Amino acid sequence: MIELRGITFTPPDSSEHVLKDVDLTIEEGELLLVSGPTGSGKSTLLGVLAGLVPRFTGGALEGDLLLDGTSIIRTPPRERAGIIGYVGQDPVAGFVTDTVEEELAYGMEQLGLPPATMRRRVEETLDLLGIAGLRHRSLRTLSGGQQQRVAIGSVLTTHPRVVVLDEPTSALDPTAAEDVLATITRLVHDLGTSVVLAEHRLERVVPFADRIALLVGDGSLTVGEPTDILTDSPVVPPLVELGRQLGWSPLPLTVREAKRRAKGVGYPVDRVSLDLTGTETPDKSMKCLSSSGLTVTRARTPVLHDVSIELPAGRVTALMGRNGAGKSTLLWTLQGTQKRLAGSVEVAGKDPAALDPEGRRALVGLLPQTAADLLYLETVAEECDAGGPRTREILDSLVPGIPDDQHPRDLSEGQRLALALALILSADPPVVLLDEPTRGLDYAAKHALAEILRGLTVAGKAVLVATHDVEFVAEVADDVIVLADGEVVSSGDVRSVTAESPAFAPQVSKVFGPGWLAVREVVEAVRER
Amino acid sequence: MSSLLRTAAVARLPRDLHPVAWWVWAIGLAAYASFTTNPLLLLLLVGVVSVVVAACRGEQLWAKAFRLYAGLALFIVVTRVLFRVLLGAVPGHVILDLPEIPLPEWVLGIRLLGPLTREALLAGLYDGMRLGAIVLCVGAANALANPKRLLRSLPPALYEIGTAVVVAVTVLPQLAESVQRVRAAQRLRAGATGKVRRLRRFLVPVLEDALERSMALAAGMDTRGYGRTAGLPAATRRVTSTLMLVSLVGLCVGVYAILDGTTPGWLAATMLGLGAVAAAGGLTLAGRRVTRTVYRPDRWRWPEVVVALSGVVVAAAGWWIARDQVPIAFPAVSTAPQVTLVAMAGVLVGLAPALAAPAPASPLFEPVSETVSEAISKEAVA
Repeated sequence: MIELRGITFTPPDSSEHVLKDVDLTIEEGELLLVSGPTGSGKSTLLGVLAGLVPRFTGGALEGDLLLDGTSIIRTPPRERAGIIGYVGQDPVAGFVTDTVEEELAYGMEQLGLPPATMRRRVEETLDLLGIAGLRHRSLRTLSGGQQQRVAIGSVLTTHPRVVVLDEPTSALDPTAAEDVLATITRLVHDLGTSVVLAEHRLERVVPFADRIALLVGDGSLTVGEPTDILTDSPVVPPLVELGRQLGWSPLPLTVREAKRRAKGVGYPVDRVSLDLTGTETPDKSMKCLSSSGLTVTRARTPVLHDVSIELPAGRVTALMGRNGAGKSTLLWTLQGTQKRLAGSVEVAGKDPAALDPEGRRALVGLLPQTAADLLYLETVAEECDAGGPRTREILDSLVPGIPDDQHPRDLSEGQRLALALALILSADPPVVLLDEPTRGLDYAAKHALAEILRGLTVAGKAVLVATHDVEFVAEVADDVIVLADGEVVSSGDVRSVTAESPAFAPQVSKVFGPGWLAVREVVEAVRER
Repeated sequence: MSSLLRTAAVARLPRDLHPVAWWVWAIGLAAYASFTTNPLLLLLLVGVVSVVVAACRGEQLWAKAFRLYAGLALFIVVTRVLFRVLLGAVPGHVILDLPEIPLPEWVLGIRLLGPLTREALLAGLYDGMRLGAIVLCVGAANALANPKRLLRSLPPALYEIGTAVVVAVTVLPQLAESVQRVRAAQRLRAGATGKVRRLRRFLVPVLEDALERSMALAAGMDTRGYGRTAGLPAATRRVTSTLMLVSLVGLCVGVYAILDGTTPGWLAATMLGLGAVAAAGGLTLAGRRVTRTVYRPDRWRWPEVVVALSGVVVAAAGWWIARDQVPIAFPAVSTAPQVTLVAMAGVLVGLAPALAAPAPASPLFEPVSETVSEAISKEAVA
């Protein structure tokens, strides 16, 4: 139906091809997953389909894009609107109107559809996405998952033949992400719409994909069945990793498939009790930060209610919970910037809230959600100079080899994160808080971040990381705190918490039972037998 | 008969009245205020406006604007009076014998302070009240009509301008939010502390953020079909430009003719008429270029007609009084102002919306919870 022929794209001021001689055919009614490491050109490929590349990015595009045999490569995005629906990475940034109903109608208004048709389609779409109750709501008051569904709905109303989605679940909590994915599969199965989806957190999407288009970073594209592509893809979900290491063929794509395969493998079922009887009892007496009875309100609504947490030195604690559960507020309260109504925070005998910004930096380091907010200079070297004498040294120990003269905005997501983290660590705080650091990171970058956090704990720091990424938590965390509605609903050792709440359980523990977290553990246990 | 009544009642079920109707009503009342300086009539007008706003406004954000305008109106009256005290120079009954501040010879015709007369005070008060009442009428329109829906009822040719305004209105709070977020974030790291450097430290991320947002919005709008145009033949485009030029010339000459008393009246009327017709023609032709439609457009029903007509009647009454009952419209400052039945009735017609307009639609769902980052950034700045 839609055909890319020999697409080559060269970004401005560069001679390297992001896409090189790419051929791809999108079939009617299929779900095509575009995967690959960060910076391999996933967004560029989607942008070519929507017409945004090179119009909004600059650069040189060669090759042809055919719709049913007619070339549309020169057609501007607005003229493709009725055929190709595009939802960008941040749905909020693309909203034009301010209520749900008007947003759904906006695309149809531009196409000039008759009012009766518009009315009917808005109702149908509201039902299809299960958001009828939100119709009059202001878009800015919706939760992340709801916003994403409205954004998808707003392109569906024009009945496009292909829906193009750029990382639709990367900012969402596990449950909201499930909702959005369920919506997407409903589109493919019930309406027969083709969906092209870019994602680097593969674990949830792979089971639904009909084909995978893999970009490996050198500009070439490989397309094929999921099991074939994943055999030697550089980015794979934990289940596939497991299957590869245990030599399973075909590779398991869903938890169900893996569970059926795992029957043949002997393994101790209850890892939790195994661990408890083991010798590893952490020394929790070294508390870097202790807080009790934290209450924060906004216009008389409690955002945090009576939260007491302690961060022991040398351990990574993960903070989980829905979008809007109060995770960010808790981090800012512990850091001292957020005013609290009641409760106390103590780091090294002092209350960060009572200090000036400089004093706070020396006690608690906080990496905010948008790490780019911290950066304002033109080169990495200037940033390091402004950050303090040891910044460059710290940066090299985190991620070696970032060139001095590079602009911070040209760094990859992972490198930029490391730079921001180095700026914060230059004050040598005993407590480090991170707000959603895994957003936009691929598996390799997440693994590197996990190593960095491990390194911090070895240096005796207490680390608290707020995240939605259950696989990352399984890899890095020692303890988990789950927040809901501003209250702590469960906290404790990572194995026992993930055993209690299936929503926060990683794939491995879904297959092998509670307590099993990492692929490595399972592989070792199996090999021992 | 009863079915007719029921049909009429349907139009009064709770809904938002057409914003244009509210503006016609408010402009009519403002016109009345501009035709008179009679303080009693102006007070009555202010009362009418307040009653209608209290009866008909909804609970949305813009409905709270009225109080702001009331404050502004009061401020105007007070300033007006203060200036009269400062630059007195109206002969009459002296209330307070203030000393005159001597000014050099060359400042002719200006007197600072000096004896304060009752006449000067009243003249300032009447004048201020007139301007204040006009401002209040504009405030009423702002409180009653949904500004975004007003932009939706613009003629298609002006659609792009309307969208730009809507986008600007939405982006402004986002910018404030981004400012607060960056401020909180910059405090988390060491860096330049000098005055100029600190400004840069804080401006660069905000501007980068704003630029990225606008690119994302532009991309979002483009991929959803914003800016699609129907191809029009060159001849039509030329006719449109000619019509627009004619309308501009006609309107300019017409306005000049009205303001300049020596030009014959027929010229003013003809030129204004010609200008208006050409403008309407041009806008319609240019509107054909835009192929978009409107989702759930506001409908014009009998309550809208009543509201708009009441504004027109009030304006007409004001005009008639200013022409035929000059002592009522512009009372002398030496005697107590008087009113006539017609002048009062003319204002009271403006109450019609309070009876005819439907109740506003039930308020939108108010934010259950703002995003956490918003909350933090607000607190962080405080």
